[in-house]
Amino acid sequence: MDNEECKDTQDKAPSVVDRYYTRWYRADMKGKPCEDHCILQHSNRICVVTLAESHPILQNGRQIKSINYQISNGCSRLNNKVSGKSKRGGQFLTDFAPLCRITCTDENEYTIYSCIRGRLLEVNEAILETPSLLLQKPSTDGYIAVILPKFEESKSITENLLSREEFEKVLAKRAASSQLS
Amino acid sequence: MLPLKEKDKPVVQKLLAAGCCSRCVLRFCCTSVQAAFRQPEQETLKELQAFINNNEIVQDSPDSTEETKSHDASGSETRGDPPSKRAKLEHCASGDASKDGTVTVEMQEDEESHVCVACLGVLQEFCDVTRAIKIAAAVKAEQYEFDSLVLSVSLPPQLCVREHSCWLHVKKEVREKCMSLSEDDVIQVKEAFKWVMQGLIAKELGGVAVVTKSLFEVGVEFSHPETDSDCYFLASTCPNCFKPTKNKQSVFTRMAVVKALDKISDFAFLKHYPSPPARPSRHCVQQDVQCLHVSLFIAGRYNKFCRSLPQTPWVIDGQRRMESSVEELIAAPILVTFRADGFNFSSSGREDVDVRTLGNGRPFAMELLNPHRSRVSKVEMKQLQETINASSDKIRVRDLQIVTREATSRMKEGEEEKTKSYTALVWTHKAIQREDLSFMDDIKDLTLNQKTPLRVLHRRALAVRQRVIHSMSTRFVDAHHFYLGLKTQAGTYIKEFVHGDFGRTQPNMCELLKTDTDILELDVESVDVDWPPTVTD
Repeated sequence: MDNEECKDTQDKAPSVVDRYYTRWYRADMKGKPCEDHCILQHSNRICVVTLAESHPILQNGRQIKSINYQISNGCSRLNNKVSGKSKRGGQFLTDFAPLCRITCTDENEYTIYSCIRGRLLEVNEAILETPSLLLQKPSTDGYIAVILPKFEESKSITENLLSREEFEKVLAKRAASSQLS
Repeated sequence: MLPLKEKDKPVVQKLLAAGCCSRCVLRFCCTSVQAAFRQPEQETLKELQAFINNNEIVQDSPDSTEETKSHDASGSETRGDPPSKRAKLEHCASGDASKDGTVTVEMQEDEESHVCVACLGVLQEFCDVTRAIKIAAAVKAEQYEFDSLVLSVSLPPQLCVREHSCWLHVKKEVREKCMSLSEDDVIQVKEAFKWVMQGLIAKELGGVAVVTKSLFEVGVEFSHPETDSDCYFLASTCPNCFKPTKNKQSVFTRMAVVKALDKISDFAFLKHYPSPPARPSRHCVQQDVQCLHVSLFIAGRYNKFCRSLPQTPWVIDGQRRMESSVEELIAAPILVTFRADGFNFSSSGREDVDVRTLGNGRPFAMELLNPHRSRVSKVEMKQLQETINASSDKIRVRDLQIVTREATSRMKEGEEEKTKSYTALVWTHKAIQREDLSFMDDIKDLTLNQKTPLRVLHRRALAVRQRVIHSMSTRFVDAHHFYLGLKTQAGTYIKEFVHGDFGRTQPNMCELLKTDTDILELDVESVDVDWPPTVTD
């Protein structure tokens, strides 16, 4: 095996996310400043909804007080069940379907949205038990939910989202304007 | 001599008048004397015409067996009856012969065709030595290896409708002959066709056995577009029988038509369909002869030495990724040797495109579709294996052998219980020392809860599966790398165990080492399945 190559790649080496996923972003979700979402789309079309690094929950040392997948009286994302290869029975989500509400210890509440159309496969129950995962590993173990877009929409669902490059421009602009003010 | 009795006469009369060919007449007389079907159709026709015009012959014919030879000379005078009867017979026969002759001529002139209303020409045009030679030639051209063959005949479904119509036409007469006879006693077109043709084809193919069960099938198919609409009325009388299915071109399959005919009352049938059936203007069309040899199964074990070779062709959105695949590299020389039309590849699990399979390799089996060659010696198999191995250094094959279909199931059964060994090159985020790894060497039978990896979730059901890592071993490389040896239950996802799959595999290597870990390389060291058996020289 090619050890030489591996040795000096420990920091540059592409991570699991780099290798298999494309990052897509939604900035200022629902017009709320900085509430950025990041969608990781696997080459097999499966999408993982995560918080973008710039999301307010991950800023200023905020701590999480509670995570609630009960998005209305009648609907809890925790009740989502899929069965079989075809994932029958999963809740079908549209771009602006709320996935969960996260309350921080400073009493700020944030709603995390689906951002893409598709069938909800699972929500991350591990963050209920260990909310710190969300803060420490927002783009891996601290994911919010897994969504399977319709086969025929797997390309088009990301049309409304920003690419990594576009999102970085948004961040740069944001940084510039905050300096100005 | 035709094996007919006086009571057959009305049946013969009615069917000939309706436009049935002589062989179909014999069929409806329910005679299973094969020799009667084998004689030329026109000759039988003459005999039948003579038969219905002469009472005397009828009564004598059952006992006079040796007459079969003499009647070839044609003409009723040649019949070798005792002299006492002969005069009378001659008298009658000659008297009727002229009348009989005129009837025949009339038929030829009046009717535009002689195509049989029951078999649509199958037992007329397609049922003689010339046709047998053609079928045999088509078989020979394909150069199959076979010891015996089975002849299969596919007939247009409307033949069932016509058969039923003919049956209703003569039902009363047949019943008068013998009460116990039913429609099932009528000799089937297929059956009569085989009685005539099997022997002829066998002879043409140098005496090969034509049997009822064989590995090699020769299919003869007939169609008759002109009368396809014969079946249509059944759809309205019995709509339940004709449900459209995905793979069928037409809902009027033979099975469906038979079922519908079974349900319909005679009264309803006769209301919608003429009895006897209308005369067709031309005979059936014979499709190309289809030869099919039963599948042959090849097994072996393969190594994969390349990290950019998928096991099977990798196609995304109709676009091919990677130029080759394990199965194609193995199959190409095998298809040439066995002259097969195609193959189905299966194996005991599969490795990812970037994973190598070392050691004794992974068991695989291959179904060869329609192999033209089937007798390949062990020596030739060995040569074939060498050809495969010489063709690419990306793969290697061993224990290549011919196996039975049943044996291939050995590969899949208990697949989950088998163990597999792997070596993984693992990266750690935090710097490690030799001692940090040693605890893993002592871990035995670690049970994992693996949620279906995101990597395969699009095609597998979401579930949490318990898999056991029987043992682990570690080999330190440097501060951020080590080799991990694993012996696991088959079905364990190794990559996900190492990187954790977003925490969806529990426990995982990240948790064991309390740092992020990732997998850089993976090799399958062994697939512990004791099949196929080792091939020794």
